[in-house]
Amino acid sequence: MPATYALVVRHPPLIRFRVRRLNRPFSRWPPSRMTGATGTPDTGTQMEEPKITEDLIAAHGLKPDEYARILEIIGRDPTFTELGIFSAMWNEHCSYKSSKKWLRTLPTSGPQVICGPGENAGVVDIGDGQAVVFKMESHNHPSYIEPYQGAATGVGGILRDVFTMGARPIAAMNALSFGEPSHPKTRQLVSGVVEGIGGYGNAFGVPNVGGEVRFHRAYNGNCLVNAFAAGLADADKIFYSAASGVGMPVVYLGAKTGRDGVGGATMASAEFDDTIEEKRPTVQVGDPFTEKRLLEACLELMASGAVISIQDMGAAGLTCSAVEMGDKGDLGIRLDLDRVPCRETGMTAYEMMLSESQERMLMVLRPEKEAEAKAIFDKWDLDFAIVGETIPEDRFLILHGNEVKADLPLKALSGTAPEYDRPYVETPEAQPLAEVPEVDPIEGLKSLISSPNYAHKGWVWEQYDHMVMADTIRRPGMGAGVVRVHGTDKALAFTSDVTPRYVKANPFEGGKQAVAEAYRNLTAVGALPLATTDNLNFGNPEKPEIMGQFVGAIRGIGAACAALDMPIVSGNVSLYNETDGQPILPTPTIGAVGLLRSIDEMIAGQPEEGMVALLLGETRGHLGQSALLAEHFGREDGDAPHVDLITERLNGEFIRAHRNLITACTDLADGGLALAAFEMAAAAGIGITLNVSGTGALFGEDQGRYLLACTTAHADALLAAAAEEGNVILSAVGNFGGTTVGFADAADAAAPLAELSGIYRSAFAKAVA
Amino acid sequence: MKAAVITFPGSNCDRDLAVALEKAGAEVVRVWHKDTDLPQGVDVVGVPGGFSFGDYLRCGAIAARSPIAPAVINHAQRGGFVLGVCNGFQVLTETGLLPGALMRNSGLKFVCKPVQLRVETTDSAFTSEWSVGDTPVIPVAHHDGNYTADAETLARLKGEDRIAFTYVQNPNGSMADIAGVLSENRRVLGMMPHPERAVDAAQGGADGSVLFRSLLGALTTA
Repeated sequence: MPATYALVVRHPPLIRFRVRRLNRPFSRWPPSRMTGATGTPDTGTQMEEPKITEDLIAAHGLKPDEYARILEIIGRDPTFTELGIFSAMWNEHCSYKSSKKWLRTLPTSGPQVICGPGENAGVVDIGDGQAVVFKMESHNHPSYIEPYQGAATGVGGILRDVFTMGARPIAAMNALSFGEPSHPKTRQLVSGVVEGIGGYGNAFGVPNVGGEVRFHRAYNGNCLVNAFAAGLADADKIFYSAASGVGMPVVYLGAKTGRDGVGGATMASAEFDDTIEEKRPTVQVGDPFTEKRLLEACLELMASGAVISIQDMGAAGLTCSAVEMGDKGDLGIRLDLDRVPCRETGMTAYEMMLSESQERMLMVLRPEKEAEAKAIFDKWDLDFAIVGETIPEDRFLILHGNEVKADLPLKALSGTAPEYDRPYVETPEAQPLAEVPEVDPIEGLKSLISSPNYAHKGWVWEQYDHMVMADTIRRPGMGAGVVRVHGTDKALAFTSDVTPRYVKANPFEGGKQAVAEAYRNLTAVGALPLATTDNLNFGNPEKPEIMGQFVGAIRGIGAACAALDMPIVSGNVSLYNETDGQPILPTPTIGAVGLLRSIDEMIAGQPEEGMVALLLGETRGHLGQSALLAEHFGREDGDAPHVDLITERLNGEFIRAHRNLITACTDLADGGLALAAFEMAAAAGIGITLNVSGTGALFGEDQGRYLLACTTAHADALLAAAAEEGNVILSAVGNFGGTTVGFADAADAAAPLAELSGIYRSAFAKAVA
Repeated sequence: MKAAVITFPGSNCDRDLAVALEKAGAEVVRVWHKDTDLPQGVDVVGVPGGFSFGDYLRCGAIAARSPIAPAVINHAQRGGFVLGVCNGFQVLTETGLLPGALMRNSGLKFVCKPVQLRVETTDSAFTSEWSVGDTPVIPVAHHDGNYTADAETLARLKGEDRIAFTYVQNPNGSMADIAGVLSENRRVLGMMPHPERAVDAAQGGADGSVLFRSLLGALTTA
């Protein structure tokens, strides 16, 4: 499975920035339990294992040179189980072999970062001895094949990543990309994915406070489901995956192991073609009830002091989690598969090692705490079984039915995974924008709000419980969601952003823009952006032009994260998102978290009658790759808007410095001033009149801009402050009030807010429900 | 006032309910579903929202047969107060403490949003601080909130003034727009909306706090 990423639920070391060398020669071969003169582990007589053939190697997604490397490492032919283990560890999803080189260039540190990429999720300081733990991960291929379960297990996987580290999940988001609304699969995918996300997250009990939903023909054959979760933990009680101590019991926790997902890796690792419907049985089935119990049991277990290290079982389940714990702790692992709780009888070592059954964890236990730990799992009616131990040598030893099924150098499995420097070509500079005719502002606005891309998304988020835990203080619907840190006066803001049209036209600027928009959405609620997680969805990296998109976007993301002080602390790469050779739009989703030190800092109001609309930032009327161009004219030409990172930061700091003067605030993104003004007016149920004219000024998507609503007195104070500080551009652009949305310079350009709101609130369901 | 909040496996609003009760001034004890007794001196039992036992079989059906269930039933039969919210309402109908059943929403989808309720009776410890016709805004979040009962039961509920709340705009197809009902002795309330999600202004409204205030007032003056 040369491919990708997203199969199952998660995989261990996300982004690995340091590649370890094999620090111990593989000198213990052949191990003592080996039988047979050839030094090959006895594959047993009860179970006939397939012969290792070229076809079998190819079916495991291993290239001939990769197989040669395996032979070199172990000095013999692998067993069937060993072949499975190598393929699981070396696929793109687990090894990041195409992306590692570039991921290493991202900024990942800062005083706020407690733990950057490499663990299950990133950990960021939020003061008072507390930390937010978060990550975003894709579940694209499974969701296309089986939307409900694919999306549900995507949510389950990301939640496990967070609570594996000792954090209680407090917020979730989802970024979804679907094909055209008219495509025959779209409705089924939208309803299945949304129900799956709700079905899992609602039952688990985490508020879903934000996200994105977009439609574009490039996703017709390959939807994207990117799930984000954040949790709260004490900064000094974070749990990591590195095992320590020799002879420590390795404990299996959670649900039983079944045959589900054994073929999942292969499925998710390939491009799609017309055989995709046959792959449906490779998608796992989620059980949020078990996950909820696993969460509670794990948090109790962690509080008991019994846990040395812990790792959830995601992609390539037992294999990845055990190797990860051993590798990070410089230890070997012995597993006795006869002790693994199984759902089905007669499971082979190969199946157990590659099963991707959900809701399972692996832990290294303090032996003296065994009885206490087992009692906690008994209380929650979950399986608890000692399945192995840590061993001193660099060895991954798998026993089953008193036979050695695999005996491999453990460090070589993760540390020597292939790494590619794939050839790439820079995306050529975009052709200049062809002439854009002036549009009637109301007609332009209607084109946007009647499209499911820009319509109100209540149909989606009303199916998600966004209020459970009773700390949601800003609900989904406009910009960032905000959740109070339970029992404190602090709050965290969450947003997810990317504009794939921009990234396609100009990967560097598009990458910058995704981060900048996240920065703006956090700023618009008054929060200080803290850190970022990236979910990089691209096509086939073996095509130089796709690799060029990837490289360009990474450079842009890196530049923006550095300039805006939002280091990347976790992430996920999803490649090979193609169907019949047609790639998706490059979609590097950015999830970001911001801090409000007090909920009084939140900009939480709504515009009121007589308030002034202020525009912060410079308007040049950039229409290239704009929403208006796409939705009104059906065009996608021109360059993406460029992002001036210095201005972004100055404007963001201006908002935060003066938040007590601002009643309501939103960033300007797709659809420019006209759409932002309409959305703010519609949310408040109050009209607006803008004194701005011209298609570029109204619908242009220049970056670094915000729309503010405030009283006349506060507007004067803000304008004076801007003039005095001299480094931001702030101007009055209209007034809130009345019952119409109007444009003062064009007398006939006005429409009742109620009529526009009706279109806005019904268009999504009309298009896809 | 002393309150016990039950936790079933799969409950996920147990903390929220405990927080709301404490905020109103109650002393709250958390009770595990495998316990067989309630703590001494409990005035009110809170049966929280969530997905007890994953909503498998039928929402609330397995929880209603948990080891703690007989103690809750005894408490109610002795005249104790019980508040069931969302999944808790489903559990109370499954125990038989409240009539009717909660079926799948008529729209077939989970629905989470603030809704306007209408207070239908003030003759209960839960609603005494409202006036009939008040329209508090309280969030709903459920997949199975479609209140269903036979005609005779509905007529009895109406005749005995046991409908506590109705929906101003019915979000789930409930018969007679019913959002919450009272037991015959008016001391057991089951409701689909979540008053514990509306107890302070930061949550977007505090209309739910009236319920907890009423309850506390009734119990401290009783």
